[in-house]
Amino acid sequence: MSEFLQQLINGLSLGAIYALIALGYTMVYGVLRFINFAHSDVFMVGAFIGYYAGEHLPRGTVLGGMASMGAAMLGCAVLGVVIERLVYRPLRGGPTLNVLITAIGVSLFLEYAGQLIFGATPRAFPDIFPSRVIEIRGLIISMNQVIVIAVSTVLMFALEFIVHRTKIGTAMRAVALNPKAALLVGINIDIVISFTFALGSALAGAGGVLYALNYPSIDPLMGVVPGLKAFVAAVLGGIGNIQGAALGALLLGLVETFVDGSRWSTYKDAIAFAILIAILLFRPAGLLGRVSAEKV
Amino acid sequence: MLEIKDLHVSYGAISALRGISLKVDQGAIVTLIGGNGAGKTTTLRTISGLLRPKRGTVVFLGEDITQLAAHRIVARGLGHVPEGRMVFSNLTVDENLAMGAYLQRDKAVIGRNREYVFGIFPRLKERLRQVAGTLSGGEQQMLAIGRALMGEPKFLMLDEPSLGIAPRLISTIFEKIQEINRDRGIAILLVEQNANLALEVSSQAYVLETGLITMEGPSADLRNNPQLKASYLGG
Ligand SMILES: Nc1ncnc2c1ncn2[C@@H]1O[C@H](COP(=O)(O)OP(=O)(O)OP(=O)(O)O)[C@@H](O)[C@H]1O
Ligand SMILES: [Mg+2]
Repeated sequence: MSEFLQQLINGLSLGAIYALIALGYTMVYGVLRFINFAHSDVFMVGAFIGYYAGEHLPRGTVLGGMASMGAAMLGCAVLGVVIERLVYRPLRGGPTLNVLITAIGVSLFLEYAGQLIFGATPRAFPDIFPSRVIEIRGLIISMNQVIVIAVSTVLMFALEFIVHRTKIGTAMRAVALNPKAALLVGINIDIVISFTFALGSALAGAGGVLYALNYPSIDPLMGVVPGLKAFVAAVLGGIGNIQGAALGALLLGLVETFVDGSRWSTYKDAIAFAILIAILLFRPAGLLGRVSAEKV
Repeated sequence: MLEIKDLHVSYGAISALRGISLKVDQGAIVTLIGGNGAGKTTTLRTISGLLRPKRGTVVFLGEDITQLAAHRIVARGLGHVPEGRMVFSNLTVDENLAMGAYLQRDKAVIGRNREYVFGIFPRLKERLRQVAGTLSGGEQQMLAIGRALMGEPKFLMLDEPSLGIAPRLISTIFEKIQEINRDRGIAILLVEQNANLALEVSSQAYVLETGLITMEGPSADLRNNPQLKASYLGG
């Protein structure tokens, strides 16, 4: 039983990190209908911002840790907005394939720039939060896991609030549903898109720091695998659907963790992906997606 | 109020408008009629900035808006109820109306406009929490008009408001359009295939055929025009 609970906690905290990344994929897809492949590298940049901020801030304190995470979120938000403004916006209105290929280009650019600036050798991520281990009846929970779950829960509720209770969030949903109609009520689509990138990238930045806390070695290619998984999670949940992305990510994190803890652990990714493919066979639009989201 | 001159618009190699001019005076209801593919929707989309003309100008309230971004044109007081209604289907009625008032910052003004919209379409008030995509066609049309009114337009363009609506509701919608024009002094450009109805409520009319204006004049005159009778008014 406690073994099961232990795995549950591990799976949820991994899934929560995937969720923070997956949300950015799905939100950008929602408003622009393309996959921002550079998103996983924004996540990586977030970890590095957290790393450098951590060097200058007091270590091992909640406040210092939060400040590092805040810096990563802010830095990534700016990065996301700049990428959209400089690279994707000029291509808007053109064929989607062009934007997709460009996104891959931006991704490679960030990875190579990362190797140039940060170096290719992995670095140990500092303990920016107090490192303590809590033990409750045989259950071992690290402080970092508590932080992952707490922070991602707060961020997801904040996102839910922004998207459903604020004017700019409602405008985001309006643009995702029908950009022409959004223009006709006076919504400045450029601002909404910038806002979407800022929001998604900030979440990825937080995800980067949280990931680095639990897998404490960071390098410029660290975004590739979790980025791919988060992308799959977004598709699994129904690309473009915010709750779907969170659900898909939690599911993926749990499946991966439980398989990892079993005797088939060598095949954990293969099994996790096989399950996902099976789900998509039965629900091609994803768990919460609709087959035709676009209505005229 | 609105004047377009020599408008040419094309989709790639296909030219949809081949030099049309029309005028809407302050407080008037003007109709633009024509068959399928004549270019009516293209005309409205060009006026509201969703499409860019190859040639020609759009002047609104004395100002050239031909190159202005769509959301800025809305801010000048131009409302557009698009073809097919285009309500935000996953948003509630309430949220749709709130989006209609996107540019309006004054809460009191928003509240007043809401009351006005509920006054003409009481149905919307009953359905505030309902998701717009589940409304009936007629209710969606009411919502699309209500949403446009929330933007406090000085001029309103409606693209085939009778399309896909129960006949009983069509007359209600047209009465409301006249009421909006009367109460609020909003000038209206009405695009219709239902020429009989359109000529009845309007004072001035234009007939569009494959990208050209082929007839224009007071609606009363056009109603009795034998040529028009043959092709649009059912004999
Ligand atoms: N996106 C588009 N791409 C290419 N051609 C288009 C496009 N939209 C419209 N057209 C063409 O432009 C012409 C005018 O179309 P438009 O939609 O303005 O006609 P309409 O008068 O509104 O017709 P309807 O009454 O059927 O709505 C048509 O020949 C149509 O096929
Ligand atoms: Mg049309």
